[in-house]
Amino acid sequence: MMSTRATVVVLLVCLTLVSAPLRSQSVPELRWGGDAEGGAPYVEADASDPSHVVGFDVEIAQLLASGLGRIARFVQVGFTSIDAAASRGDFDVGLSGIEDTPARRARLAVTVPYYEFRELLTVRSSDEDRYRSLADLRGHRVATLGATLAYDLLVDAEARDGIIPVTYEDDVHPYSDLVLGRVDAVVLDAILAQRGVRRNSGLTNQPTVLAVGHYVGILSAEQSALRDRMNTILRDAMRDGRLERIFRRWDVWNEDQPRLYARVLADNSPHPVPASTLVSSTVSGPQTWEAARRYLPALLRAAVITVVLSCLSMALAVITGALIASGRIYGTATLRVALTGYVEVIRGTPLLLQLFVLYFGLAAVVQLPALLAALLGLGLNYAAYESEIYRGALEAVPSGQLDAARTLGFSERQTFLLVRAPQAFRLALAPMTNDFVALLKDSSLVSVITVVELTKETSIFAANIGSWVIPGMMCAAMYLAMSLPLARLARRIERGWRHG
Amino acid sequence: MTVLDVRAMEVRRGGRTVVADATFTAAPGEIVALMGASGAGKTTILRAIAGLDPIESGTVSVPRPVGMVFQFHHLFANMSAHRNVWLAPVHVLKRPRAEAELRAEELLVSLGVGDRASAMPHELSGGEAQRVAIARALAIDPHILLMDEPTASLDAARRGDLAATLRQLATEGRTIIIATHDAEFARACAHRELTVQGGRVHVVS
Repeated sequence: MMSTRATVVVLLVCLTLVSAPLRSQSVPELRWGGDAEGGAPYVEADASDPSHVVGFDVEIAQLLASGLGRIARFVQVGFTSIDAAASRGDFDVGLSGIEDTPARRARLAVTVPYYEFRELLTVRSSDEDRYRSLADLRGHRVATLGATLAYDLLVDAEARDGIIPVTYEDDVHPYSDLVLGRVDAVVLDAILAQRGVRRNSGLTNQPTVLAVGHYVGILSAEQSALRDRMNTILRDAMRDGRLERIFRRWDVWNEDQPRLYARVLADNSPHPVPASTLVSSTVSGPQTWEAARRYLPALLRAAVITVVLSCLSMALAVITGALIASGRIYGTATLRVALTGYVEVIRGTPLLLQLFVLYFGLAAVVQLPALLAALLGLGLNYAAYESEIYRGALEAVPSGQLDAARTLGFSERQTFLLVRAPQAFRLALAPMTNDFVALLKDSSLVSVITVVELTKETSIFAANIGSWVIPGMMCAAMYLAMSLPLARLARRIERGWRHG
Repeated sequence: MTVLDVRAMEVRRGGRTVVADATFTAAPGEIVALMGASGAGKTTILRAIAGLDPIESGTVSVPRPVGMVFQFHHLFANMSAHRNVWLAPVHVLKRPRAEAELRAEELLVSLGVGDRASAMPHELSGGEAQRVAIARALAIDPHILLMDEPTASLDAARRGDLAATLRQLATEGRTIIIATHDAEFARACAHRELTVQGGRVHVVS
């Protein structure tokens, strides 16, 4: 244990290190937020120096900073929380392939669009003639990134054409899963679609444009003055070709851009063009409660997935955990070493990594359906923790109980089943309940392998309406509605035991 | 005739000799008291006879099963007094459940705890728990009953009851070995007293 004084010293050193760059800065900064996980050509860590980011959004940030007489400083923000971070003022401007939407316009100060993109449908080349539009994909799984214009497009198509939207957290795996046949199409913007087709053989982009959208910079609503200065800088850069040079450098320049720039330069208002061509179901401001009502069924569906997944995973964890614990107490030396190894490896590595390996890593060997991979990932991970609880509980059963069983002539197996395990279970119940509640919440991690459970659905909802307040409260209420009865049930079982 | 024959028994625990050269016998229907201070090795001798502790050298000859009543009873905490008694007859001796349950009830009644059959172990007093433990040991029909410090949890009146109970069991032909440091109780019920000192058994009377 570190002493309190040592802890304080370490904290002070850390604080000094963190604040040093802030204090030493004399030129004012333009803090700009983006998600380096989004990758090229937007924002990505430089391969030769991962602490450094590159991409067209990086260059646009530099362009804005130099126009303002500031130095650009990158702030890493998760893509799905970028709106909330902008409202909070975590950075001055967000630039990360952020799409113009009515919701963003309502809640944030949004710059003029600096890039126009098309939403494209990507299919396997062998399906090129079969799946020409979303209407051809009734009953099929169509992948996209969550909380994007493309996702709204798919939600509309779900209602209209009966497709099944599948959301990913990144823009690489939709295409690799399309190759593997886990999904039958991908809808994303042309930049991503062209990269997806380039990187994966056997994929084709359909020529139909599903929708047209724009990338913008976002600022907190109070920063409209700064936004107006940025608009001037952007318009200047459109006029003198600096924006064109940036996009050409990243090989994403096309004939749509000059037309967009002409429209932006012709109209001096803050919003010279509509957010997108999609007559979106997104809402804003006063209609939040209306949105909450509309999202409720989806949230409830997601909650059912969370409950079912958690219960099945816990059942798997309990059974596997009990087997591991028994093996570690009664097994041969080799088995004990192997099981100890399993427990240490599983406990010592992140669940997120295990889910990735199960779903994406093993895809070349065995293609597990997402829900099965989620179930296995959660169940086998928690089994390691359960086994330690059971082992501790089994070892905590007083040796006198086992002595008594031996003098009565019970076999080892009978002693285990009739005396030791039931008593251990009693000791394990409280920590097990604890783990079940933890698992209920950890199940939100499976959204990385495309399972849309409660937290994911909430973040989609929040991104859509641009606020976490109501979605967050609804989500919390649902988690509590699931975990509180569990705690009650556990208390009831314990009470039952006390009375025989 | 002997039921129990212990010869030159040595028991070691953690590299230390706990019982060295214990030699004694017991006849059917005999109550033998092993007397001695705490730590003298009395409990270990009982555990070795019951097969709970391995013996280093010497021999123990005893008919199985051996009934053992522990100082702290060790009733199975997860089941009622009644089930504690019938569990071994059903699962070890493979007796029919109904028969075993009935016999367990009779045993509990004969030991004066018939009304506590449905109680959980933690709901029993020390004396009740001991009598349930005796019933549990007797339920497997042992020829020999080992009792470790049976008076530890009893008041004076209960001690008298227990002495009478043990006498009664002995008249039915059971051999009873009692490890105790309670000289008065030993005199009250034992036919023979042996002293255990430094892990050796000495004949006293």
